[in-house]
Amino acid sequence: MVDPQSGTSLRFRDDEPVSDPAVTVDSFAEQTNAAAVRIEPGDDARALLPHLARLALVEVNFPTYGDGRGYSSARILREAGYAGELRAVGDVLLDQLSHMHRCGFDSFAPQVPIDRAAAEKAILTWPQVYQKTVDGRAPIWALRHG
Amino acid sequence: MKILTGNDLKSGDVVWWTGSDWSRHVDDAVDVGEHAEAVLAAEDAARRVNAGYAIDAEQTADGIRPAHIKDRIRALGPTVRMDLTLKPADTQAGNWVI
Amino acid sequence: MYQYDTYDQQMVDARVAEFRDQVARRLAGDITEDQFKPLRLKNGLYLQLHAYMLRVAIPYGTLSGKQMRLLGDIADKYDRGYGHFTTRQNIQYNWIKLDETPDILADLATVEMHAIQTSGNCIRNISSDQYAGAAADEIVDPRPYAELLRQWSTFHPEFDYLPRKFKIAVIASDTDRAAMRLHDIGIQLVKNAAGELGAKFYVGGGMGRTPMIAPVIGEFVPLDHLVTYTEACLRVYNQHGRRDNKYKARIKILVHEIGADAYRAQVEAEFAHMLTLGLEPPLAELERIKGFFPDPAFETGLSDTVDRSDLDFALWLDQNTIAHKQPGYAVAVISLKPVGGIPGDASADQIRLMADLGEHYSFDELRVTHAQNIVLPHVRKADLYTLWQQLDAAGLATANLDLVGDIIACPGLDYCSLANARSIPVAQKISERFADTGRQRELGELKLKISGCINACGHHHAGHIGILGVDKRGLENYQLLLGGSEGADTSLGKITGPGFDEDGIVDAVEKATDVYLAKRTDGERFLDTYRRIGMEPFKEAIYG
Repeated sequence: MVDPQSGTSLRFRDDEPVSDPAVTVDSFAEQTNAAAVRIEPGDDARALLPHLARLALVEVNFPTYGDGRGYSSARILREAGYAGELRAVGDVLLDQLSHMHRCGFDSFAPQVPIDRAAAEKAILTWPQVYQKTVDGRAPIWALRHG
Repeated sequence: MKILTGNDLKSGDVVWWTGSDWSRHVDDAVDVGEHAEAVLAAEDAARRVNAGYAIDAEQTADGIRPAHIKDRIRALGPTVRMDLTLKPADTQAGNWVI
Repeated sequence: MYQYDTYDQQMVDARVAEFRDQVARRLAGDITEDQFKPLRLKNGLYLQLHAYMLRVAIPYGTLSGKQMRLLGDIADKYDRGYGHFTTRQNIQYNWIKLDETPDILADLATVEMHAIQTSGNCIRNISSDQYAGAAADEIVDPRPYAELLRQWSTFHPEFDYLPRKFKIAVIASDTDRAAMRLHDIGIQLVKNAAGELGAKFYVGGGMGRTPMIAPVIGEFVPLDHLVTYTEACLRVYNQHGRRDNKYKARIKILVHEIGADAYRAQVEAEFAHMLTLGLEPPLAELERIKGFFPDPAFETGLSDTVDRSDLDFALWLDQNTIAHKQPGYAVAVISLKPVGGIPGDASADQIRLMADLGEHYSFDELRVTHAQNIVLPHVRKADLYTLWQQLDAAGLATANLDLVGDIIACPGLDYCSLANARSIPVAQKISERFADTGRQRELGELKLKISGCINACGHHHAGHIGILGVDKRGLENYQLLLGGSEGADTSLGKITGPGFDEDGIVDAVEKATDVYLAKRTDGERFLDTYRRIGMEPFKEAIYG
């Protein structure tokens, strides 16, 4: 796990970082005190929905940037009301940050460090958005129709 | 012989490794023997070539002939637009790829 | 036609700026080719056999004269004076330079065009019926619905790294002119028993190496759930589509492997959840978009009589114009298949001429067809002769729509780095063999489609006669297929037997047409005869 204090992690939240180690989805169901979990691409994020209240950190692993299952996992958790830290880890690259952010990620732990200023700029790539997701932005159709 | 080809990063042009640089003409290609991977790694890292790879070819009386038709078409240009190939004046040049 | 508002324009402009930055970082070495490749693909930029290739989106195949003219200008300014219209109703340029691409995208943005998501594992440009708004048999113009989905799919954050590419087609008539059921999602707008308009969703069709005809997944999706239902279809695919094997990653394999019922159940569950999230634009948005697609200001009281005294014109009139819903008007199809030509190619001058003609004679509207032709959808019959004369002078009046010379062909090994064999020379030889117009007309409707590899960009599975180029021990070899169709009676062609060389395949096609001429009964098309008598008589003639 990447140490959120080490400088290789980019957090876009104001609360204190969670220091618990993230456990796998399988073992999470059995460990009633775990507060951090890590989702792999094949995992079903919905397995976590009954336990959202005790979760403070969910890591979603991107072993390769081209495997987009993590985008759905993130959105599913946010749609169910998860408000804790949602961290993309692994092959997380500058050019995918804006979409990840739109799917609910508010923390990034890229294998290869990303400059914070560049990341902030990347998240602002789109002046408007066409879809309603979980980032709270009003889509263009909502702006058009008040 | 083993020769190296790829595309120029900026222009996309098909290029062939001459031993010190990249040429648009397959006849400038040199046999790289066992050094294909090393040359490609260095040239890719220096961004002098994109999507480089090694192919088999033979030295013929007419010049260097890549073993596969795909690379012969790359070396010449589209056979259905001879005006856009490297040999626009040679009406029979298309036969070379077959 | 749809027109951008400031929001749409901002999005396209932002995309140009993003890609300009990405290209600069690639050229500076800040990102690797492996990291850059999906970024350039999502902007339509491939690295092909001879150079970079740029695919420009033409949403649902509709464009204005101004847009068409710019496509011609781009061919001159950044390419080698021509472009290639594709089976996805787009245009491709074959000789593009990486460092000039951001400027091309910026030029396109000045006329509300782009290359967004014309490649890559994302939702591609949405295609539609090329006769939308003009066809007498449509229950509604499908394009506003395609535009609604175009906006929804543009930069969709969840679906930018799907298992594989994703193609959607929207139609609104029972006659399918868009190969709808051979798409990842095919949407047919229909009316239910109560007369309400809704959408029938076919999911899991496709060509490629494993062709499949899409089953019905959503029997009747209400119009105010269109986006939400599509989103549910995509989320199930994004989560469960195969990622272990690129050749099994399309949604057709998922639907096939788990079955249409299981896929439908997952979509329904996701859909029920998504309905609680407020993802759907209000119907007012659909109405706003519809407002951009009114009927043109048709004149009334026009005559339907056309002077046929020029026999060459009469041939073209009979073959290349189609009945229009409005009296006194016709749909005119410009064939990009001259005898011996390259299917779908047009020079910069031809493109600009078509732009002028669209402005003059067709209410400033043109269409690109999936058969790689151009349509002027709303031409006064009284103008047809003048139109034809101008087309004829520019080599654009070949009278062969839907005849054997109207061949769909992928670029093949002359341009494409995936191809195993050349397609264009085969198309040229066949079109020359059947050059005689009388002979072509005698053969009647005969859709011939050629792909240079198993990826099937030339739709060979769906040709009445299909040809597939393969690599046989380093030599180009061509397999013959018979019996495919993409229309309302969609079917997949079957391989006749061993393949042929380039001249052999042309002979084999001719033998197949000879069988048809000998065996047909009155009114039968080639496809009908094949379906009635089966493969054997053809095999005997071809191999016997």
